[in-house]
Amino acid sequence: MAVIGAGVVGCAVARRFALAGAKVALIEKGADILSGASKANSAILHTGFDAPPGSLELKLVQAGRREYLDIRESLNLPLLETGALVCAWTPAEADKLEEIAAKGRDNGVADLAPLTGAEARALMPGLSERLVAAIAVPGEHIVDPWSAPLAYLTQAVALGAKVFCHAEVLNGRFDGEWRLDTALGTVVAASVVNAAGLYGDVVDRRLGLPCDFTIKPRKGQFVVLDKAAFAHVPRIVLPVPTEITKGVVVCPTAFGNVLVGPTAEEQDDRVRATVETEILEALLARGAEIVPALAGMPVTAVYAGLRPATEQKHYRVAAHPEKRAVTLGGIRSTGLSAALGLAAHALELHAGFGPAFVPPAAVPEVRVPNLAETRERDWQRPDHGEIVCHCELATLREIEAAFASPVPPGDFGGLRRRTRAGMGRCQGFHCTARLAELAGDRLETPLAVGRKHP
Amino acid sequence: MIAARDADVIVVGGGPAGVAAALELRRRGVDRVVILDREPSLGGATRHCMHSPFGMREFGRVYFGGAYGRRLQREAEARGVEIRTGHSVVSLGADGALTVATHRGVETLTARRVVLATGARETPRSARLLPGDRPVGVVTTGTLQAYVAFHGLMPFRRPLIVGSELVSLSALATCLLHGARPVAMIEAAPHTLARAPLDWFPTVAGVPFHTATDIADIRGAGRVEAVEIRRDGRTRPLVCDGVLLTGRFTPESALCLQSPLGVDAGSGGAAVDQDGRTADPNVFAAGNLLRGVESGGWSFREGRAVGAAVADDLAADRDPGAAVPVTYDPPIKLAVPSLLRRGGLPAPAFREFQLRMLRRARGRLSLEIDGRAVWSRHGLWMPERRILVPMPPSAPAAGRVHFRFEEDT
Repeated sequence: MAVIGAGVVGCAVARRFALAGAKVALIEKGADILSGASKANSAILHTGFDAPPGSLELKLVQAGRREYLDIRESLNLPLLETGALVCAWTPAEADKLEEIAAKGRDNGVADLAPLTGAEARALMPGLSERLVAAIAVPGEHIVDPWSAPLAYLTQAVALGAKVFCHAEVLNGRFDGEWRLDTALGTVVAASVVNAAGLYGDVVDRRLGLPCDFTIKPRKGQFVVLDKAAFAHVPRIVLPVPTEITKGVVVCPTAFGNVLVGPTAEEQDDRVRATVETEILEALLARGAEIVPALAGMPVTAVYAGLRPATEQKHYRVAAHPEKRAVTLGGIRSTGLSAALGLAAHALELHAGFGPAFVPPAAVPEVRVPNLAETRERDWQRPDHGEIVCHCELATLREIEAAFASPVPPGDFGGLRRRTRAGMGRCQGFHCTARLAELAGDRLETPLAVGRKHP
Repeated sequence: MIAARDADVIVVGGGPAGVAAALELRRRGVDRVVILDREPSLGGATRHCMHSPFGMREFGRVYFGGAYGRRLQREAEARGVEIRTGHSVVSLGADGALTVATHRGVETLTARRVVLATGARETPRSARLLPGDRPVGVVTTGTLQAYVAFHGLMPFRRPLIVGSELVSLSALATCLLHGARPVAMIEAAPHTLARAPLDWFPTVAGVPFHTATDIADIRGAGRVEAVEIRRDGRTRPLVCDGVLLTGRFTPESALCLQSPLGVDAGSGGAAVDQDGRTADPNVFAAGNLLRGVESGGWSFREGRAVGAAVADDLAADRDPGAAVPVTYDPPIKLAVPSLLRRGGLPAPAFREFQLRMLRRARGRLSLEIDGRAVWSRHGLWMPERRILVPMPPSAPAAGRVHFRFEEDT
């Protein structure tokens, strides 16, 4: 079977089908996995407390979360059990908290706790004194948003899955089996799962599937603050959401930084996700309003991503039994949490039309390198060769291992996501030249254009 | 500090300031002096500066780039300084203990005194909040020079150069000498930040130079493809394959930032008193960690002075007392030292205050001690230029030391 799109959902689908016994081909347009929506998110593992009641999204977020908690130790994936505080900064927002708490309890999140402003500030003293009231959501956690899908896919590859990057699907037809024409050549498959994210509607149309949605990219800009900020933000700080977005979040990252974002900006462009100076400044100001100690904190990184939103709020999941296809569309902002749930759901839908698979006799053990600061890193163990990136303490051994891995980096972003190299406060001031030498021509856009003259 | 000690003094960073401090400590008879440096050899930022002459004042001859670092290394070895390269200091504990990463794994080192001399770096694209895509090819001068000096590589052939500090000239020279042809140089301020020859050199070299111009957009999916530059609200595209960000140096102050020391709000670097002592009386700092940025020679002399103070401090072994902050009016950006201690050494490391301005400003700059002006100058003060004000002997004992700035209207 073929999975189109190597974002977090596609990687999880590849794993689930490989575990079920399918021979999987994962087809990706970009130079590396996680090239689209999945490269930029807030890395929160959601409980679903604020998901639409009774929705497929709620069910799959909760299933995905449960499975992540079950498998993460065996895959060597981190979990920061920070909990979240939904913070009301005005009396009007405070009035909405009871509704949010009731919805959360209806959604099966039993441990929600209403707090006064003072109680919330006792849990997180860094919060501004302007806080009126809050709800504690202990089950909201932080994960490594790039190592998790890498681990899913690595497990799939260990079970025989093949990954094809630079392989944009140009068209496809079903005549008892699928023939997918890609930029790399034709892939023949018994069935197809469309997990094409920002191009979900485009791929549906190219495959001749009845598509009832249009992707409306929603840009989110983020600022990553220096590791010195981490001590001030032990929890995920959520705002009272609006109709459009969950709003600007302040949260720690698995890598020891603090994230402020995202924005929610509608745009037509599916390719460009630009950052804008004024927006970044506004995010910094918002972060300092929420946690005053963040004022003046050095900026480590800035980024922007596009969420594959559609004209409706809910997931656009559809089975096409007559064509042996499943579309996982419109996974707009909870994809990281729901990916494993979506994968299991896709397998269930697939079982409705087949073909059936024979599960493998044994499941190989897969462990991805840990990049989270809460667990032992490679630099803490001897014989790592050298520390190449001093800000993030990425070692030569880690970089070589990434290139030698079953799913090697295809571009500089992919190398950074796999090793942390260049992701720190100096943003590659010290290590980019060394990385240029180490990577050579193994990245789609090499870090060097050639030798110096003379 | 804790009992078992690995050295009398550990110097973190083997650039000009750190090596000079270590040499002076040994010259004054301090027994066990260790330099930790994360790179494979000493020299710090001078290792990749192939163009700049170093060593005139300290060694009486001119060295280029790596040769200066090798001279530092020979001097340190000859003086019996223990040099540990490939040692990356990861954290500075509340008790002054250093967590160090080496190829062997993690070690903890302690000493009677620590000297931080971790230097400075240029502000990267992210912290400048520059707009646009985030393609490959947006680098700083230091990164470009590391490409050239250490690996013989080039990150681009047709970059746009941003900035007009002294280092910007060096960035331009590195490009021209090694096979890159900049498409233009731009400076956001209405004037160049460095003195001549930035006024005329780029133009003579055939590189258009624009002041009051900034970046409105960076475009590129993989590598930089174009930059929109903006002047007077009007933008125009420049086709290029890279962006070379020069200057806007910031102290490499991660160790301070993540320790109880914190950083100075003005400089972003270590806050020190007149002896080079930080908030922790056993931890000292010198060189460009105190402020971005001075020359290698300046950092060397500063390191030597702080090294002398550390030696005196070890010999005196007394509590220097609480630190009083030096205050200043905007648009003064920073003051070094920014702390004063009444119980400091008889011969302080700093005899002058170093000031910098945030922007160009004309007006009267005065030093007030306990409310009384003891020094005053009127003039046009430029950003990124060194301003030196003599430190009166009475300053450390004063209750309030303040730099006043009265801008002309």
